[in-house]
Amino acid sequence: MTEASYEYLINVTDLHKSFGDLHVLQGVSEHISKGEVVSIIGPSGGGKSTFLRCLNLLEVPDAGSIVFEGVDITDKKVDINLHRQKMGMVFQHFNVFPHMTVAENITMAPVLLGKKTKAEAEEMAKELLNRVGLLEKSKEYPKRLSGGQKQRLAIVRALAMEPDVMLFDEPTSALDPEMVGEVLNVIKNLVKDGMTTVIVTHEMGFAREVSDRVLFMDGGIIAEKGTPEELFGSPQNPRTKEFLGKVLY
Amino acid sequence: MFSNIVRILERYWNLFLIGTGYTLLMSAITVLFGLIFGALLALLRKNRLGIPIGKKKFYPIRFLAVAYIEIIRGTPILLQLYFFYFLLPMLFPILNLSKFTSIMVALIFNSSAYVSEVIRAGIEGVDHGQMEAARSLGLSSRQTMMKIILPQAIKNILPAMGNEFIMMIKETSLSSTFFVGDLMTQYKTVSGALYLSIEPLMIVGFIYFVLTFSLSKGVAVLERRMSAGD
Repeated sequence: MTEASYEYLINVTDLHKSFGDLHVLQGVSEHISKGEVVSIIGPSGGGKSTFLRCLNLLEVPDAGSIVFEGVDITDKKVDINLHRQKMGMVFQHFNVFPHMTVAENITMAPVLLGKKTKAEAEEMAKELLNRVGLLEKSKEYPKRLSGGQKQRLAIVRALAMEPDVMLFDEPTSALDPEMVGEVLNVIKNLVKDGMTTVIVTHEMGFAREVSDRVLFMDGGIIAEKGTPEELFGSPQNPRTKEFLGKVLY
Repeated sequence: MFSNIVRILERYWNLFLIGTGYTLLMSAITVLFGLIFGALLALLRKNRLGIPIGKKKFYPIRFLAVAYIEIIRGTPILLQLYFFYFLLPMLFPILNLSKFTSIMVALIFNSSAYVSEVIRAGIEGVDHGQMEAARSLGLSSRQTMMKIILPQAIKNILPAMGNEFIMMIKETSLSSTFFVGDLMTQYKTVSGALYLSIEPLMIVGFIYFVLTFSLSKGVAVLERRMSAGD
């Protein structure tokens, strides 16, 4: 597929999702262009994480469509596994594979899914680990890593699939404060290299610094969106104001 | 009493040895096949074949697997031994099954139900985030199971299988009801020949204890090794 055949990298239309009686997403529409960096902020329970997890169908929406690179991935006939290869995801709790070495964590998926030979994948793992300062840990098991190191590993594990977009689900929320910086730096460098990025975060300073656009989600909808200057500088929605008032002191 | 024990051992040591061999062999076979069929049962429990009934769905294969597990766990093992002991020769008269075979089948049926629960718990014990991470990389659910979930579940399952083996060493004693050669059968033989109960019971009890105690120590070591890998 040529890149010109779709307007947006991800185009979400009227997404709905309920967990039992809880209507978590109440009609979310948004599009993300190639190379864009979009931060999603808002109070917990507002639907941020669910929205992000819908983008690669870790949560299956009840209604609405998600068109990724021109393909509606909510269509049941679509092989979601193929599309997930192009969408890297990083989780709050790292979810590195404890039974594999650091290097194996990275090489497993590209080799298993036939994207790379073992030798190629190992070469790439070296390069990626070097980039995030973990090269000397490549033969260790994740239990020997700190939280920040685990999260850096999780990021390069996702990058090893050479994704077209990276999804971050509160990547620093489970970290000790002194480790937040090292992980944010890795994400910043990614952004600098032009990676399309969607990030759910509570790090307002970071969101303000790296984002092209910021979405404020509350009550299952995107209550307000705009450039960081607009949203942080002069929020229009009273709920945005209230939220920012609480977190920015 | 002590001199009696020594005399019994001198005269019947080979019977106790054979009994120990049978008990260990029966337990090992039971656990081995229990593992195979238990894994199969655990798989059937996750079967997705569903028949829609109104708004809900009925899963016939899941239902059968769960019913089997619950019935086995809800009835005494001695009853199950009797049941298969009488049922199998009736169902397959041509095969001319020995009573040992019938008892083994009963033990395996019993163990499979318990092992399937062990496997299920082992798989469910793996953090849900592992599955999500693997799926987000593009792995299929099958690849995720084989490469990510099972290798970690083994760490939970293997020690529990050791405990199942220890349980079986004790439970096979019930098969002595049918004189199939296990340790407890040897007790009956010796006790019948000598009109003595306490002394042969002490001998057999001592052997059971040594077997289970040393094995449970082994399982504890295994458990420690396994958790060291995390």
